[in-house]
Amino acid sequence: MSSMTNTDFSLSIEDLTVSFDGFKAVDSLNLYIDKNELHVVIGPNGAGKTTVLDLICGKTKSTSGSIKFLNQELTTLSEHEIVRRGVGRKFQTPSIYENLSVFENLEVSYPEGRGVFGSLFFKRSTKVIDEIHRIAQEIMLESELETEAGLLSHGQKQWLEIGMLLIQDPQLLMLDEPVAGMSVKEREQTAVLLNKISKGRSVLVIEHDMEFVARIAHKVTVLHQGKILAAGKMEDVQKDPKVIEVYLGH
Amino acid sequence: MSFIYDKLLGGKSGALGLLVLSILILVVFPLALDGFRLNLIGKYLTYAFAAMSLVLLWGYGGTLSLGQGIFFGLGGYCMAMFLKLEASSPENTAIQSTPGIPDFMDWNQITELPWFWEPFSSFGFTIAAILIVPALFAYIIGVAMFKRRVGGVYFAIITQVIAVILTVLIVGQQGFTGGINGITDLRTLNGWDMTSDSAKYLFYYINCALLITVIVLSRFILTSKFGRLLLAIRDKEDRVRFSGYDVANFKIFIFCFAALVSAIGGAMFTLQVGFMSPSFVGIVPSIEMVIFAAVGGRMSLIGVVYGTLLINFGKTTFSESFPELWLFLMGGTFIAVVMFFPNGLAGLWEEYSTPLMKKIRAKIQPSVTAKPSSSSYETKESK
Ligand SMILES: Nc1ncnc2c1ncn2[C@@H]1O[C@H](COP(=O)(O)OP(=O)(O)O)[C@@H](O)[C@H]1O
Ligand SMILES: [Mg+2]
Repeated sequence: MSSMTNTDFSLSIEDLTVSFDGFKAVDSLNLYIDKNELHVVIGPNGAGKTTVLDLICGKTKSTSGSIKFLNQELTTLSEHEIVRRGVGRKFQTPSIYENLSVFENLEVSYPEGRGVFGSLFFKRSTKVIDEIHRIAQEIMLESELETEAGLLSHGQKQWLEIGMLLIQDPQLLMLDEPVAGMSVKEREQTAVLLNKISKGRSVLVIEHDMEFVARIAHKVTVLHQGKILAAGKMEDVQKDPKVIEVYLGH
Repeated sequence: MSFIYDKLLGGKSGALGLLVLSILILVVFPLALDGFRLNLIGKYLTYAFAAMSLVLLWGYGGTLSLGQGIFFGLGGYCMAMFLKLEASSPENTAIQSTPGIPDFMDWNQITELPWFWEPFSSFGFTIAAILIVPALFAYIIGVAMFKRRVGGVYFAIITQVIAVILTVLIVGQQGFTGGINGITDLRTLNGWDMTSDSAKYLFYYINCALLITVIVLSRFILTSKFGRLLLAIRDKEDRVRFSGYDVANFKIFIFCFAALVSAIGGAMFTLQVGFMSPSFVGIVPSIEMVIFAAVGGRMSLIGVVYGTLLINFGKTTFSESFPELWLFLMGGTFIAVVMFFPNGLAGLWEEYSTPLMKKIRAKIQPSVTAKPSSSSYETKESK
């Protein structure tokens, strides 16, 4: 690992800073993620975790620093271009199309017919339908394909949004608190799902639930007031006195 | 075949709704009404184009325009310019100080046809202009607004401001536009008397045919992935953007298409009513169009046609005897609909007819249990 250069990483964030009216929500952040790595960012509320995802996916423009994904600078691209480079992002509150069926939610997310005319003449081919069924099975919603998405349980909505990202086969998948509001059983299932989908891509997860983090994380970064407090394996991070003080202690 | 059925007619209920409407406007009205009243219906139906444009833009796209009168007016004025030039032949205008130009120009001491009027002596150019000018104008507004992520209330207000500016411009530039009176005294189309009964019937049928064409085209848009994207944008714009779509382009397209549809209505208005004036461009007509759409049901292309007809019957009936009362009545109806029946007439119909149909069907075929239909994933477009 130590002999690797930056270019071997899938995602490399260097010196990233964003300041909102002088308040640095993210402050000189460095973060590297490998392919096949499931990286979890933890930290107290307001630490800047969501802001990091906003910066990567282009929702917020950085004040300074660089975000390279597969050796391509993302900070200058617009949101849809970043997605088309292979970056998918799940929002903290489930963000799905409540008025459309589960099937339609997945179809709308299918990465074809993304232009105006492409979408007008998009055909629901058997390839598309098969892919939607495959993803629906993966996110445990195959029996709900015709259900209006607004009627799903909170946990199912979280899964659906993950599925909407998976159908685009992103190389970097970013999930903001994916198990928030889930039952114990749903958490179990989600952990299995995340372990499965982190193969062949990079996954960046923001999470609070320590037990859950321990189950899924390959590496952990602890964020505090926009800065990295500690990073490494979960066992090591958990023992770090600084971390215990600001985060795990209470 | 299934393409036509599902994509253009909107499946079973959509096809049925379109059939009923077609029979009503193509057969029942012409048989039951005299020429004068049929012409009145024809006029109302031109407003239905604007109401349908709002179904696409507002109902599905979630973007309210309070300026559809702009495009209705632009379409109407393009048509009126052509007809006015035809009515202003040197023989017809021999008594003017400058014969061969429209009378209002002569009254305003204009001695030469302005350059932008010149091409409107060609019928082909005029038809092209009706289709292109409003859509192009919408494109410019759309790019300026949507690329900057201006939407919601701000967009509504800006469209309204543009409608006001356009009205002021038309009224102020009397010599070029006919001012507050508009462009009047339109008599012939390619030498053919527009006020004759045969012309009125023909225009009425052309109007109906265009209306049905627009419904079918709109259904194609709404049943495509584009249509589902419109709903998705209305619901969660950010989710669509972060799924790899340039959201602004979709809004610009539907705004342009809505402008085109309104413009066709405006052009047909001029043909059937025989004039065009700024009173069809500004705030009041634009808001009336929103009311037609809201009352008919902003998610229903066919519902808004009924909504438009109903409100305009009401207007004609009431406003003759109690003009002041009508405004309050219309305002009240609008508020009541928005508060209690957000899906308008179409929503009410859906609510009461669907259970009834089910009951009837159950009585007819008590033994048949529900089987999964072949088009079970099709987006339902309400009648
Ligand atoms: N667009 C913004 N404008 C101003 N302040 C913001 C903005 N986005 C986030 N913040 C602030 O940045 C800090 C970090 O927020 P956030 O990233 O949401 O924290 P976390 O996800 O770790 O709980 C908070 O204090 C928040 O108020
Ligand atoms: Mg957060």
